[in-house]
Amino acid sequence: MKIVTILKQVPDAEARVRSKDGTLDLSGATFVIDGMDEYGVEEALRIREGGADAEIVALAFGPKRTAEAIRTALAMGVDRAVHVLGDEPLDALATARVLAPLVRDEGADLVFVGGKQADWDSAALGPALAEALGWPHSDWTTSLTLGDGALEVIHDVDDGSETLTLPLPAVVTTQQGLNEPRYPTLPNIMKAKRKTLDTRALDEVAAAAGVSATSTTELRSAVIESRARRNVMIEGDAASAAAELVRRLRDEAKVL
Amino acid sequence: MILIVIEHADGAPRKSAYELVSLARELASEGTSIAALVVGDDPDAVAQELANYVPRVVVVRDPQLAPPRAETMTRAVEHAARELGAELVLVSGSRAGLSYSPRVAMRLGAPLLEDVTSLTRDGEAIVATRLSYLARVTETVAAHGTPVVVSVKAGAAPVAEGAEGAGSVEPLEVTFEADDVRVGVAARRAVTRGRVALEDADVVVSGGRGFGSAERFEELVVGLAEALGAGVGSTRAVVDAGWRPYGEQIGQTGKTVAPRLYLALAVSGAVQHLSGMNRSKVIVAVNKDPDAPIFRVTDYGIVGDVLEVVPAIREAVAGEG
Ligand SMILES: Cc1cc2nc3c(=O)[nH]c(=O)nc-3n(C[C@H](O)[C@H](O)[C@H](O)COP(=O)(O)OP(=O)(O)OC[C@H]3O[C@@H](n4cnc5c(N)ncnc54)[C@H](O)[C@@H]3O)c2cc1C
Ligand SMILES: Nc1ncnc2c1ncn2[C@@H]1O[C@H](COP(=O)(O)O)[C@@H](O)[C@H]1O
Repeated sequence: MKIVTILKQVPDAEARVRSKDGTLDLSGATFVIDGMDEYGVEEALRIREGGADAEIVALAFGPKRTAEAIRTALAMGVDRAVHVLGDEPLDALATARVLAPLVRDEGADLVFVGGKQADWDSAALGPALAEALGWPHSDWTTSLTLGDGALEVIHDVDDGSETLTLPLPAVVTTQQGLNEPRYPTLPNIMKAKRKTLDTRALDEVAAAAGVSATSTTELRSAVIESRARRNVMIEGDAASAAAELVRRLRDEAKVL
Repeated sequence: MILIVIEHADGAPRKSAYELVSLARELASEGTSIAALVVGDDPDAVAQELANYVPRVVVVRDPQLAPPRAETMTRAVEHAARELGAELVLVSGSRAGLSYSPRVAMRLGAPLLEDVTSLTRDGEAIVATRLSYLARVTETVAAHGTPVVVSVKAGAAPVAEGAEGAGSVEPLEVTFEADDVRVGVAARRAVTRGRVALEDADVVVSGGRGFGSAERFEELVVGLAEALGAGVGSTRAVVDAGWRPYGEQIGQTGKTVAPRLYLALAVSGAVQHLSGMNRSKVIVAVNKDPDAPIFRVTDYGIVGDVLEVVPAIREAVAGEG
């Protein structure tokens, strides 16, 4: 079988994000493979280690630096990778339109997508990609069992969780709990350097597939805007601090 | 016309439904009507309730809609949006809404504004704010064209008041294709039954690893939540330890809440956790570490041991009567 894992490169979670004049300044940030995507890479590797005869291909869209995130996935154990090179961001729906034909050309049976991107806080790519492919999807997946031409998954829903059965091919978006991603070992990092990374220009990919590579939404500004907080520290022993807290919540903040 | 998609549970609309009503009212310019879509195997009570809020309620009744799945919802919403000629489709930014709304947008060839915290018109454009970079950044994003599909984050709009006069309730037929029902739901496990649903809660009591055990979490965090009529939340560390179910996790990979009051008890305040609760109106933290990052985003903080302070808060609340 063939498994495709979609990758994105994002600023490190602890990175300092700044904004000026309505634009983000990410110049000080280190970029890493999105933690949510690592779950997909790990799960694909485990499926193969569980005995499935699977080729695992990483597929990423993004600027040149995205190659570093791809190398991380290759060092984890992915077989080869395709990088769609585009300097300007695309929204989730446009990304899905561009990546879907490549997934189809690969003849993939299963696609993993990170459950929620750490840069745009978006969970749309997985479902949008599934729709572009005409496949079913499972989101927020915490457990996965591969059967004969089908998957059984457990995924989170608003009121709890569900066990779903999906026919393959299918798109699965990940969630923590699915697995514990491995760290690349030094020998594997060395080996990864010799693996195939096929880089293609966005315009060519889009033209070949006859899809539009333009976002339908327009980012007008991005600012760091935090809510002003009272920052009151309440002193005293447990009983008097608790009493003071409850009094303030009732009389001052009026939330009790 | 603006189509709002209603989520409901146990025969009643969820809080998000009333928030979508007020958002739709704000956006409805002159001559724009509002319709609510209610789907399910037994949607009548919810439809009647909605008719007290909007002039038109469209009902899809089908046993295949219980439980709703991403693909059945996609079909129902797509069909209703086309039939009614929707220019805007508003859905809740719940897990369910975030799951089917991208599919609806793709199918309608519409732009998607995802998980928005506000929505306005600017000439021909629909302009939203939304959070990004683990909820640290507020973006302004615009969409052009008709329709536009929007998922709306909890708390983005106030809960609506009822309207004068009852709206109409009418059925809508939807034909489900084989592909719409190819995903089977083999089992469902509810975690919030009998308690206040996290998304609907006005007050959330959330606990972190500092409680040390599932038993103490149950006694102190759940105990205080029950005393306050609050929802229970937790951190990933707590969920990973197996003390609480995933459905209660708040943060980047858990749920997003914006209650009137959020109590973070023995929660360190990692960015991934903050991204799920930093829009709460008032935040309280209790932590024994005065340098815990959570104190940077709190309204009221107490440096102390939760094992002492939490029972004391409970007593103080009880003392209030
Ligand atoms: C991809 C990714 C996604 C993630 N998503 C989420 C998410 O959605 N939600 C989430 O919560 N986390 C998430 N995390 C994890 C996050 O980074 C933190 O590890 C987690 O939030 C820590 O949980 P905690 O505060 O309970 O535990 P800790 O960080 O261990 O903090 C425990 C706190 O309790 C205090 N404490 C201990 N004992 C007491 C006591 N007796 N009295 C008072 N205070 C006490 C300590 O001072 C400390 O501040 C994610 C991480 C990654 C990498
Ligand atoms: N930080 C972001 N969050 C969400 N969407 C974005 C972001 N940056 C860019 N986009 C999307 O990518 C498209 C192109 O962005 P740009 O080329 O930066 O104008 C816009 O229409 C946005 O929808």
